[in-house]
Amino acid sequence: MTQVLLIFLPVVCALLIPLLFKKLPSIHTGWFVLLVPASLAVYYATFVTKLENHGPYTSTFHWVKSLDLSFTSYIDGLSLLFSLLITGIGALVVLYSIFYLDKNKEQLHNFYFYLLMFMTAMLGVVQSDHLISLYLFWELTSISSFLLIGYWYNRDKSRFGALKSMMITVFGGLMMLGGFLLVANMGDTYSIRDLVAQAPTLASSPYFVLALVLILLGAFTKSAQFPFYIWLPDAMEAPTPVSAYLHSATMVKAGIYLVARLTPIFAISEYWIWLVLGSGLITLFWGSFFALKQTDLKGILAFSTVSQLGLIMSMLGAAAISLHVDGGSSAIFKFAAFAAIFHLINHATFKGSLFMIAGIVDHETGTRDIRKLGGLMSLMPISFTVAAIGSLSMAGLPPFNGFLSKELFFTSMLALKEFTLFNFDTWGAIIPIIAWVASVFTFAYCLYFLYNTFIAKSDYKELPKKPHEAPFGMLISPIILASFVVIIFFIPNIIGKYFVKPAVLAIQPQLYRSASEIDITVKAFHGFKSTELWMTIAVVIVGFILFSTMKKWRKIYTLVPEKWSFNHLYDQLMLAADVGSKKLSNLYMTGAIRHYLMYMFACIVALVVTTLFLKDGFKFSFAHTAKIGIFEVAIVIVLIVGTLTVLLAKSRLTAIIALGAVGYSVALFFIIFNAPDLALTQLVIETVSVALFLLAFYHLPKRYRIEERMPFKINNFLIALGVGIMVTLLALSAQSQKLIPSISQYYKDTVFTEAGGGNIVNVILVDYRGFDTLFEITVLSIAGMAIIGMIKLRLSRKEKKSHENE
Amino acid sequence: MIDVILKIALTLFSLTIAISFYRVAKGPSMPDRIVGLDTIGVNLLSMVAIISILFGTKAYLEVILILGILSFIGTIAFSKFLERGVIIERKSNR
Repeated sequence: MTQVLLIFLPVVCALLIPLLFKKLPSIHTGWFVLLVPASLAVYYATFVTKLENHGPYTSTFHWVKSLDLSFTSYIDGLSLLFSLLITGIGALVVLYSIFYLDKNKEQLHNFYFYLLMFMTAMLGVVQSDHLISLYLFWELTSISSFLLIGYWYNRDKSRFGALKSMMITVFGGLMMLGGFLLVANMGDTYSIRDLVAQAPTLASSPYFVLALVLILLGAFTKSAQFPFYIWLPDAMEAPTPVSAYLHSATMVKAGIYLVARLTPIFAISEYWIWLVLGSGLITLFWGSFFALKQTDLKGILAFSTVSQLGLIMSMLGAAAISLHVDGGSSAIFKFAAFAAIFHLINHATFKGSLFMIAGIVDHETGTRDIRKLGGLMSLMPISFTVAAIGSLSMAGLPPFNGFLSKELFFTSMLALKEFTLFNFDTWGAIIPIIAWVASVFTFAYCLYFLYNTFIAKSDYKELPKKPHEAPFGMLISPIILASFVVIIFFIPNIIGKYFVKPAVLAIQPQLYRSASEIDITVKAFHGFKSTELWMTIAVVIVGFILFSTMKKWRKIYTLVPEKWSFNHLYDQLMLAADVGSKKLSNLYMTGAIRHYLMYMFACIVALVVTTLFLKDGFKFSFAHTAKIGIFEVAIVIVLIVGTLTVLLAKSRLTAIIALGAVGYSVALFFIIFNAPDLALTQLVIETVSVALFLLAFYHLPKRYRIEERMPFKINNFLIALGVGIMVTLLALSAQSQKLIPSISQYYKDTVFTEAGGGNIVNVILVDYRGFDTLFEITVLSIAGMAIIGMIKLRLSRKEKKSHENE
Repeated sequence: MIDVILKIALTLFSLTIAISFYRVAKGPSMPDRIVGLDTIGVNLLSMVAIISILFGTKAYLEVILILGILSFIGTIAFSKFLERGVIIERKSNR
């Protein structure tokens, strides 16, 4: 129970943040915040050794039992690894932010509240076993990320970036919800563990592929995969601690986590393999290619994050293949899952440190523009060392952890050549080439980042601030991360045993029974015969050439106009949605009641007539009709003449009088159909309403009192004709098919015995069905009061007058 | 016998109404129309009376009274409207 409640610890602590910020202004609020991720990290670290003997830990908090909703914390190797990343890097980021954000200038209570909210959301995403609560936390990450990106809300760019990331990730999130519901429907459970258990039967469902695509949309938008990566570079408007935490180490890996977590369910499908592998490779290449175009430090890092996420994603796609290979645990494909998780850890370490260094450079020089920067090596030696470790690890050089994961990456991509199912025999050869080219670009942009910031000569006078080494507190976190980068290179197998293998077990549960069964050892050196080593050497050589000739070929980026970029597409889409929907609603919402009435009447006619035709409702029989007498004919003629006069009259007065004539002939109808009470009322009401019409007519403004015949409009005519015909047909067919006898016999029998009255109409009105009368009286009184109000209450004029008097 | 006579009377009244209606529709001036309407009211009243004899019921006697009153009030209102331009005049001492 404590395990699941601890997910909520950050957000509960967040409630205290504003209080601490206001009451204890002398201490930087970040010091209090630091306790939360630090203690959580220690708590989760205790699981590392326990997990091996005990197996996964679960803990459930029931939320809505009747709907089968619960918060379930499920800690296995994969979620433990992510929880440790979140809390560990979270603690380092908080420590860094204490020195990065000024406690007097910044609204720290907002910042740390959002950050802690994000931490809860992220822990919830990686630990949830329940699909709906996973979605809940998933959206909470989107919202808190939105708030954090827009932290400096008075800047236009921040708001734009926040909105863009919100739109894209929430779009993906909603798609994912659809996928979740489909999967939950197929397996009749929300629990991911139960779904994994019945994975083979799920694949036979007709909705399987749809659910797969929808869930992948969610994962791809969150993890900034091609072509949804466009929000990530714009999210760099956030404060640097946020970029380091959310947009390199944690949130963008939520999609990776989701793909890894659901691999056991979906890996059986070739669509999954191709989509994950393909989009990963495209993203890898695209991100690394465009990183060289950027001139902003954080822009380079954003594109490199996109590219590295693509790398991890492609390895997860390759990991899904091992399901289709006989003896997958011994085949060469087993490396992919291991490599993906291993690189995920490595990426979190070096990318976090690089972002922090970018922040330090920004903080100490006042700019992040790589064209202005340069030569900081001698001024900021510690930052330079950390940056060098980070970038060389990212480039994939020894003795840093990036080298190991890059070698593993090449191994798993080369292995694809041996796979022959699902058209891999035709495409398999291209994949390692794409991966290799992307690595060359990666190498080039790492050098570009490092060289142009720290080594190239530059004039300091143009910088907004005089650069100097950052305070020690700000350097602690990047130094810790950079030391991890080096340490992991020397002890990869210890990391592998305690962190990577339990996570691999969660991705490929069908291959292994326990984590200790996975027989992968990472070696730094494979011998001179291995292809991977020669590929790395080639990467270094070609990458170096590419970097040194950068000025010559850089024009290539201007070849493709800005109009064809995905950012432009996004802008156009938003604009089209905005302008298009406005145009659409202006098209039909004309403001003219005439048009709305036309829509309504046309719809009624279409709906009723179609329904009657489809349901075979037209059945006319004249068996029960009464005889038609001469009076009826005469009055009907009067009615028709009166109605036509109303329509065709040239003056309004004639129309009013003709309307009166119609009313009176209706009264005559009541008389000959034996309804004296109705006739009485009708006569009086008709007179009063004719008088009211005359009143209204008299007060028409003289300017508009042009007497002319109503103009003929074919549309109006057709609709009116349609409504008339429809009502006639409806009345006839309703009259022809009376299914049950009327209840009026009861009233006739009991009007005197039960109610003590002789006038059956009046007795019905006040006795049998007196409630209707009551509320009709209410209607009349409301109408009366409304008229009084309308006439007497003239606030607007009074107000005008009082203003004039002033 | 009486039935036939009553029906003849009804027909004649209807004819009268039709002729009066022609005056209402055509009537060159407004007073023509109002007199026509008044005539229609009186004839309607007579028709209701004959119909109630034909149906053998007393239920329509109120209708006859109401019609008489309404026709009177309506004619007065119209006439006043033509003469003064308003139907209900405001009190002068306000």
